[in-house]
Amino acid sequence: MRLTDFAFAPIPEAAETLRGEVRAFLSREMRDIPPVVRADSWMGYDTAFSRKLGAAGLIGITMPKRFGGREAGAFARYVVSEELLAAGAPVSAHWIADRQSAPLLLHFGTPAQQERYIPGIVRGETCFCIGMSEPNAGSDLASIGSRAVREREGWVLNGRKIWTTNAHRSQYMIALVRTGGGGDDRHGGMSQFVIDLAAPGVTVRPIRDLSGGEHFNEIFFDDVALDGEALIGTEGKGWAQVMAELAFERSGPERFLSSMTLLHTLVEEVGAEPDALQAFHIGRIGARIVALRAMSLSVTAQLDRGGDPTWAASCVKDIGTALEQELPEIAQLLSAGEPRVDSGSDHEQVLAYLTQLAPSFSLRGGTREILRGILARGLGLR
Amino acid sequence: MRDMFEETAERVLGDLVTPETLVAAESGAWPEALWSAVEENGLGLAAAPEALGGVGGSWHDAFVLVRAAGRHAAPVPLAETILVNWLLGLAGLDAAPGAATLAVGPGRLVDDVFSGTLADVPWGGQAGHVLTRSEDSFVLLSCADAKSTAALNTAREPRDTLVFAEARPVAAAPVPVHFPPDALLLGGAMIRSAQIAGGLGRLLDTAIDYANQRVQFGRPIGKFQAIQHQLAVLAEQTALASAAAEMAFASSARGPCPEAIAAAKSVASEAAGQGAAIAHAVLGAIGFTYEHVLHFTTRRLWSWRSEFGSQAVWAQDIGRRLCRQGESGLWAAIIATAPASASKG
Repeated sequence: MRLTDFAFAPIPEAAETLRGEVRAFLSREMRDIPPVVRADSWMGYDTAFSRKLGAAGLIGITMPKRFGGREAGAFARYVVSEELLAAGAPVSAHWIADRQSAPLLLHFGTPAQQERYIPGIVRGETCFCIGMSEPNAGSDLASIGSRAVREREGWVLNGRKIWTTNAHRSQYMIALVRTGGGGDDRHGGMSQFVIDLAAPGVTVRPIRDLSGGEHFNEIFFDDVALDGEALIGTEGKGWAQVMAELAFERSGPERFLSSMTLLHTLVEEVGAEPDALQAFHIGRIGARIVALRAMSLSVTAQLDRGGDPTWAASCVKDIGTALEQELPEIAQLLSAGEPRVDSGSDHEQVLAYLTQLAPSFSLRGGTREILRGILARGLGLR
Repeated sequence: MRDMFEETAERVLGDLVTPETLVAAESGAWPEALWSAVEENGLGLAAAPEALGGVGGSWHDAFVLVRAAGRHAAPVPLAETILVNWLLGLAGLDAAPGAATLAVGPGRLVDDVFSGTLADVPWGGQAGHVLTRSEDSFVLLSCADAKSTAALNTAREPRDTLVFAEARPVAAAPVPVHFPPDALLLGGAMIRSAQIAGGLGRLLDTAIDYANQRVQFGRPIGKFQAIQHQLAVLAEQTALASAAAEMAFASSARGPCPEAIAAAKSVASEAAGQGAAIAHAVLGAIGFTYEHVLHFTTRRLWSWRSEFGSQAVWAQDIGRRLCRQGESGLWAAIIATAPASASKG
């Protein structure tokens, strides 16, 4: 097998049968959600929607039954995820917990941690955010400075996190912080903790993005007391745990479907008889989505087998975000409508929204340059 | 069977497709030793049913063979022969002996004799048989019965014109009823997608080796981020083309799947141009010489991307379909392209 092979991985029949269930749920619950809200998709925050989805048994479906899950495989989760994204469902309130936090806790957490956090995630009630970047540690994540120091049974945390999506409306953060000196190993001495964002000493300050929206935040930790149960996994092994987690973050369908609403409104705008230029560009986007989906399913199979798809996941994310960034460019090229804010047609509003959001696609979850560095290392160039 | 196919193809083509073979083929010599080895190993019969003289592999398994044919720039109609024998099998006809090729048309079978001018036929002047179509029939003809006019693509691979005047077919059978009308064009586009994926893989390997060896400014050029990121993009394009092409094969178990093949050829054709440009940029002047082997692959990619429909032809095909289905059918149309495990066979 070569790195670039991405062997075809069909969706198993058992997972495919979930599709009808998800669509039935969506046709009930999405009826009144307009396109401009759908354009938010995995950035769209709606606790009521997430709770309904949890009650329908569609969150945390890979989790053990004792925690409320279905013990289903990675493909089942894939089918649910892509149907939610394709419909533009507001999934942000549970997305990160479902995608990363619950699997992380299941893999590295203690039985007590699992018991405490996973059932709430599965019910769609508990919102998690992921604390990685700091003011002086963005792409260079290994240079983080927030530090937890041992004190009696627990730890005391000081430092800052920034660009943390949903911190202002999450109950918990899973943060990567320093617990020791790295020594010669830049990636040593880091650990992951669950932090209760309501705890004394935690300050969350939303940061307005360029469109005026509030998705990400700056978080301050001033002598935050963490009990012994806050550490996830092994002290000092935080870096390796985070890297394993990133494969989930980078390979999923949100890396090429989060602009689907714009493709929907564009197709509606263009109508049933596209001219040659419109047909070419819409078809080109469609072909790339189809190909990326094949790649993403192949990564899902690797995850399902317990493989390490770091390289493949980075590949999917880099191609996927490039596609998502192209879509607003192409949409404005092909239709007469101009981008409009708080006014104009559905298409014009979705176009304005995604045009402004697009720069973030290749920043969040690892920049284009970081991903290409990972690819180059895998190719034997670094 | 996939692993066995891949291993056999790597061995046979790896040993016998040498730069000397490629140079000789460019001046019109038929690579006899190579083709004999292909036949001895049954590579051209991989996806034809055993009952009809084939090896009995699945069409999905044949993907790795066609990709390997592209990877090694095999200067013989191996991909075409695999395709033709698979199509003959689906139509209930015996596999064709020797090298086979295909022609999209046009031509007509009337009163058991075939007449027509078939253009752009890969190795038309050298293959034994050509598969074409007359209305609802597949028609297998002997190339020796045609008047052949030579034409060459950018890699100097034969793309001949065959003129048949009242030729008696070797075999004919109804096109399976569930086949799309442009099954031969789709079949050709499908094999070219896989060959492009293979060719891109070869470019990637060649460019990485070169970048790790060539020293400038005191270090291998592969240590420069500008080069690393270009090669990362080449790897991405290779992966995208390969995944799309394999999906097309996997979706076509019962016959060419128009949606998946259109996506594959559109994606692969775009990747071919980008990938060739990156490989040439990384290899610099040496890669622009005839002496270096790079051009055996890049010149093929520059033709394969146009053959059996360019990127635009297939992208427009998809675009028109998506627009016709409209907003409500968009997602269903996108996911219909890849089969779930239940729908195979």
